[in-house]
Amino acid sequence: MLFENDSSYGALGEMCSNTSRRLGANARGTCPVDMTRALVGVAHAQSCGKCTPCRVGLGAMTDMLEQIIGGTADPGTIERLEDLAEQIRVSSDCAVGYQAAEQVLMSVKAFRDDFEYHAATGGCLRSSSQGVPCEVSCPAHVDIPGYIALTAAGRYDEAVELIRKDNPFPSACAYVCEHPCEETCRRTMVDDAVNIRGIKRYAVDHATGPRATDRGPATGKRIAIVGAGPSGLTCGYYLARMGHEVVAFEQREKAGGMLRYGIPNYRLPKNILDDEIASIEAAGVEIRCSTPVGPAGITLEELQRDFDVVYIAMGAHGDKKLRMPGEDAEGVVPAVRMLREIGLGNTPDYTGLEVCVVGGGNVAMDAARSAVRCGAKKVTVVYRRRVADMTALPEEIEGTIADGCEIADLMAPLEVLTDAEGRVRALKAQPQIIGPVKRGRPAPVTADREPHEFPCQVVIVAIGQDIQSDYFADEGLPTSWKQFDVDESLAVPEHPGIFSGGDCMRGPATVILAIADGKKAARSIDTYLGFHHTVSVDIKLPTPRLDDRVPCGRSVNGERPTEERVHDFELVEYGLSEQEIRQETLRCLNCDHFGCGILHEEGRMSW
Amino acid sequence: MVEITIDGNVYEAEEGATILEVAREHRVDIPTLCYLREINEIGACRVCLVEVEGIDHLVAACNNEVTDGMVVYTDTPRVRRARVANLQLILSRHDRRCPTCFRNGTCQLQALTDRMGVHEVPYTTFFETKPIDARFPLVREPEKCVNCLRCVSTCQKVQALGVWDLVDSGSRAHVDAVAPDDCAFCGQCIANCPTGALHERDDTERVFDAIFDPDTITIAQVAPAVRSSWAELLDLGGKPPTPGRMVAAIRRLGFDYVFDTDFAADVTIMEEASELIEHLKEGAEGPMFTSCCPGWVRFAKTRYPELAKKLSTTKSPQQIFGALAKTYYAEILGVDPAKIFVVSYMPCVAKKMEAAYPGMDSTGTGPDVDAVLSVRELTRQLRQRFVNVDLLEEEDFDRPLGVATGAGHIFGVTGGVMEAALRTAYNFVTGENPDADAFHEIRSEGPERGWREKGFQLPDRTLRIAVASGLANADALCRAIERGEASYDFVEVMACPGGCVGGGGQPIIEGFNLSADRGCTLRIIDEQSELRFSHENPAVKACYDDFLGEPLSERAEELLHSDHGDWAMPFRVTADGTEA
Repeated sequence: MLFENDSSYGALGEMCSNTSRRLGANARGTCPVDMTRALVGVAHAQSCGKCTPCRVGLGAMTDMLEQIIGGTADPGTIERLEDLAEQIRVSSDCAVGYQAAEQVLMSVKAFRDDFEYHAATGGCLRSSSQGVPCEVSCPAHVDIPGYIALTAAGRYDEAVELIRKDNPFPSACAYVCEHPCEETCRRTMVDDAVNIRGIKRYAVDHATGPRATDRGPATGKRIAIVGAGPSGLTCGYYLARMGHEVVAFEQREKAGGMLRYGIPNYRLPKNILDDEIASIEAAGVEIRCSTPVGPAGITLEELQRDFDVVYIAMGAHGDKKLRMPGEDAEGVVPAVRMLREIGLGNTPDYTGLEVCVVGGGNVAMDAARSAVRCGAKKVTVVYRRRVADMTALPEEIEGTIADGCEIADLMAPLEVLTDAEGRVRALKAQPQIIGPVKRGRPAPVTADREPHEFPCQVVIVAIGQDIQSDYFADEGLPTSWKQFDVDESLAVPEHPGIFSGGDCMRGPATVILAIADGKKAARSIDTYLGFHHTVSVDIKLPTPRLDDRVPCGRSVNGERPTEERVHDFELVEYGLSEQEIRQETLRCLNCDHFGCGILHEEGRMSW
Repeated sequence: MVEITIDGNVYEAEEGATILEVAREHRVDIPTLCYLREINEIGACRVCLVEVEGIDHLVAACNNEVTDGMVVYTDTPRVRRARVANLQLILSRHDRRCPTCFRNGTCQLQALTDRMGVHEVPYTTFFETKPIDARFPLVREPEKCVNCLRCVSTCQKVQALGVWDLVDSGSRAHVDAVAPDDCAFCGQCIANCPTGALHERDDTERVFDAIFDPDTITIAQVAPAVRSSWAELLDLGGKPPTPGRMVAAIRRLGFDYVFDTDFAADVTIMEEASELIEHLKEGAEGPMFTSCCPGWVRFAKTRYPELAKKLSTTKSPQQIFGALAKTYYAEILGVDPAKIFVVSYMPCVAKKMEAAYPGMDSTGTGPDVDAVLSVRELTRQLRQRFVNVDLLEEEDFDRPLGVATGAGHIFGVTGGVMEAALRTAYNFVTGENPDADAFHEIRSEGPERGWREKGFQLPDRTLRIAVASGLANADALCRAIERGEASYDFVEVMACPGGCVGGGGQPIIEGFNLSADRGCTLRIIDEQSELRFSHENPAVKACYDDFLGEPLSERAEELLHSDHGDWAMPFRVTADGTEA
């Protein structure tokens, strides 16, 4: 009997796709051993039963996993499980069996400690205190359900104040945050993640009151911040709220770091950034612009002499080299420099030129879309893997394509070709095919085809950023691959009173991670100085709604029409409409109240 | 105010009130299991479900707020079916051998099952049976735990300790001790457990063995707060549960002597007031802390080891009584102290451990206090011995260790030790008695957050004092002291909210917190006492004249004081004093 006309499959298919969504939004804190057992169970249900390893073996693995989980397994069961998984892997006839076995092998390898703890004690290293999924996934642990409820109630000023308890950049994040919160949004189990960033954007766009600037009594302690970017200003903001005196030293003309000199105006308008920084200054952070720290400016020694603590958050503003012939030709520009110049107001004129952008991250997309706005005739993003492998956010890639850029994927740059005057005339690239997975990502392999030449007059290099930490390393601060070494509290080991966070500590990453480091550093510095200040707000949240959460589509932010937006650096994205925000805020499942979130209500208004 | 309709009746309700609060205010009964007012409102057990008009899924009444125009039904077929299903699911994971359970008759799950008419469990019953460790005063039987998390919340929020937590996830999620070393043995988790999953170590049989041994002289001492609660779960046929009737009941158990811990409390005051005056004279930095409460002593040693060095060295009344019973009173009787078996009736769990601490053996013949029973154990003993408490007439404590003053009686309520100490310290400094109610401002009427502080004028200085009950409050107080945000001369801490009247060894009556009522009882007993100053207790005077000499004398130091350095946390001893 064949099953192609089996009408009952529709419901099963829906169940499976619902399950896959559910798994996609898996909350942090679940037990990897228990999940492995459950997934082997799913695989077993998928088995047709023809072959021994799958029909019998998957069940045998389930038994062993249950014994391991319950702590009743004989010694050596984990090894026997691995051995059985290996036998199933090599002997299964089809992927239903061997892929399940591979999952088990991967899980044992990745979570060996969990397996061993379970086997030894019957207990779990993880706990049920999973918290609120979005809040846990947000590196700064912003009270997301709280501000969504406030936004739904039209209490925008309070929504912004609640965000500022954990993140002093509500506006910047409303425009450009990579929203890791949405990845684990429990609403995904019902239909699709809540548009959290869109809701925040609505709140900041509609907030009217001046942002609060309340400070604790002066402590007499002074903190120097190196670099007035998101991490440094976050740290300074909270320390100022606690009553400390904070001075941020910024080498460039204006504060904001990569928010100003990396992210183009069309994503984060400068006036919004200016207002945000002004509110941080109003809270008591003194920012000294055009004041570099280093041999050419204030020295670390002077900072240590004049301040009780130094927080280094200088970012990663250097560029990485392509290491290929022609790299030094006229017309080759590092993306960070190009974006910085635009941020300074020195917009290059690419009118009539052809531009190639090398790279596949968000910076590459920013560079490509900025090149379009500089008048380029044609912009091509050259990337050695597939579009699907790009690290840029999907919406940024879509926006780049919509702006008229071409994406030449599976093209590995070989050489920058120059004309007689040494100016760029083309980018030569070797076609690739996508190949076997290496370190979790499919790696490109040289294709059996001739290299291709992309005629161009400008090559923008966006293959990573460099941390300019040499001065501090020379001063004796420990670094690894130019990143500052820190301990758990973000303190630089062996250098009391020096802390570091953000891109210069962790390598180029997201705004919200930089902010989270700043917040954490503020807590550590306050403790280091012998205080126990709390940062708190006094907001009574609206009563959680009880109504049924019926499936409903996710509203997405619209964009200005392409033909209009590519001619300027003005904001591309529209905010949600009032009608949309009413519906979208109602999609929040209130995981702060329903589920285990209620166990974590204590201390919600302060940290 | 909002308007809400419950089962067809329209009520005005405070904004922010939960459905449960509004319903109960109007005597609409909604069953609850995991709910603990203001402490554990988490909607976990799902037996308080109600139907809200316009909403498909049922709503937990305990932690969802009323809204204007809300229409609630508490007794529909859907509600009943869902509540019963959840109760049956809970029962399917619960050891249901009720007849042999300590909470048989006082178990909330049992009562609920009865009230809801559940007579079968259609789901496979499964619970893990592990050997029970009954060596320590706090015993846990995991197979009776319903994972309501009341112990977790109580320990975290009320006692600032976090001994318990929900561990593991999914089907394996369960409550377990995650910080057993920190346990103060206050017993608040027991007092708030709806089932028999948590209970005190039962020491009643050991006591009966002693009572029935003709060669053993059995002496009972009864703590102040016991007289406020001893009959709560007994039927006195309408007779008032006076201390006199309590003495008669305990005597019926077969004790040779029934004495009063409050006598020892008066002795405690003599020593502690003298110690305080010394402390003030020395101009020592920081406050002196009371040390009567063994839960607090454990907490202080765990969380504030520096402050713990400032604990008064005076033993607790229980231990002072034990020491005097086996020395002073043994001399009076002319017997070998080894023949004396001292039993204390305490509203407490931690006292069981205190009695077994090192340094609590004054005679070298065994612990000064041989067994410590909670008020719940007293109740069980009276039932087991079929004592008809309703037929008892009032009787007096035996003399001389049964003579006590009002100052000793208030030891069982927050602020009481402080007040008693100040009454006597004032006399020691000025040679005159203050008005017995001069220090009434440190009394508390009920549950509280934070601590109370006061400055009292002594002839030569202002005495700054602070009082806290509940370890979360004590935690806040200690933190403030450690950070230099607050500064006092004398601080009283009792681990349980409201003091011993709210103790972890008190009777458990679901849905009621009787500590304020019990505290009132003690205050009234004090007010009605002829003597209200410890130093005026004639039996105490005689004890000093004939035996101890002066407060802080060599003998007093030896018998009535202890060295807190004898043991450090984490420290646990079994009933026979074995460290484990």
